[in-house]
Amino acid sequence: MSYTDAFFYFFAALTVGSALVVTFSRSVIYAAFALLFTFLGVAGLYVLLQADFLAVAQIMVYVGGILILLLFGVMLTTRVTNAEITTGTVQGLPATVVVGILLGTLILLVSRATWNVQESLPDVTGTTTEIGERLLTTFLLPFEIAGILLLVAIMGAAMIARSTDKTKEAA
Amino acid sequence: MTVGLTHFLLVAAILFSLGILALATRKNAVMMLMGVELILNSANINLVAFSRYQAMNLDGHLFAIFVIILAAAEAAVALAIVLQIFKQNQTVNADQINKLKE
Repeated sequence: MSYTDAFFYFFAALTVGSALVVTFSRSVIYAAFALLFTFLGVAGLYVLLQADFLAVAQIMVYVGGILILLLFGVMLTTRVTNAEITTGTVQGLPATVVVGILLGTLILLVSRATWNVQESLPDVTGTTTEIGERLLTTFLLPFEIAGILLLVAIMGAAMIARSTDKTKEAA
Repeated sequence: MTVGLTHFLLVAAILFSLGILALATRKNAVMMLMGVELILNSANINLVAFSRYQAMNLDGHLFAIFVIILAAAEAAVALAIVLQIFKQNQTVNADQINKLKE
């Protein structure tokens, strides 16, 4: 087993294991911290797939942004008087059965299909340059639209989240 | 067995199923958002893996970047909505927010 394979199994175990904690942990805080390790594991898988830019973007956006946002969400939407912030589940059995069937189908499909895979994989020395070039040439329109979308999302989130009393004062 | 495309796809399939499960069974709205993040991550793994095993065609990477952008926007707006729901209902449990039913 080569080093690459060993690292793959390590990161895959990290990702899947912490995703299991996210799905089944009763404590919301534990789930949020397990999500951190899921994101880190996915970033490791990106590195193994030689996607260096995406790995860094994954850590910066998901761990540095989205996870912090989710933790704020947890803190702001629970009464912190009780130290144990737990959450219940609904429809545990039907959901598990349906998801089990779904997972079985996916695994069967993925392992049986013959993918159009290139035999010799070239090693790349970095993807950032080419991603930057493509963002400003082929993908220029989606890039600009994504910028506008982010601006609208920020403004929309601020509008929605601000307290309703202030809206009345302003009006 | 050397690690190939199938291995990455299997990890993504498991992650996707766990995300669906979290989304379906959790009461807490913030936990449901975490399920959505798991699903988006599994889709990204698929995109990057296919990109890698097609001789490093970078289209998959660009798609993954846009998915990350959308995930960030989605998380911001969704959490704002969740905060507003909490302000009005004093709970974020999806099964207790049933004003339309009454």
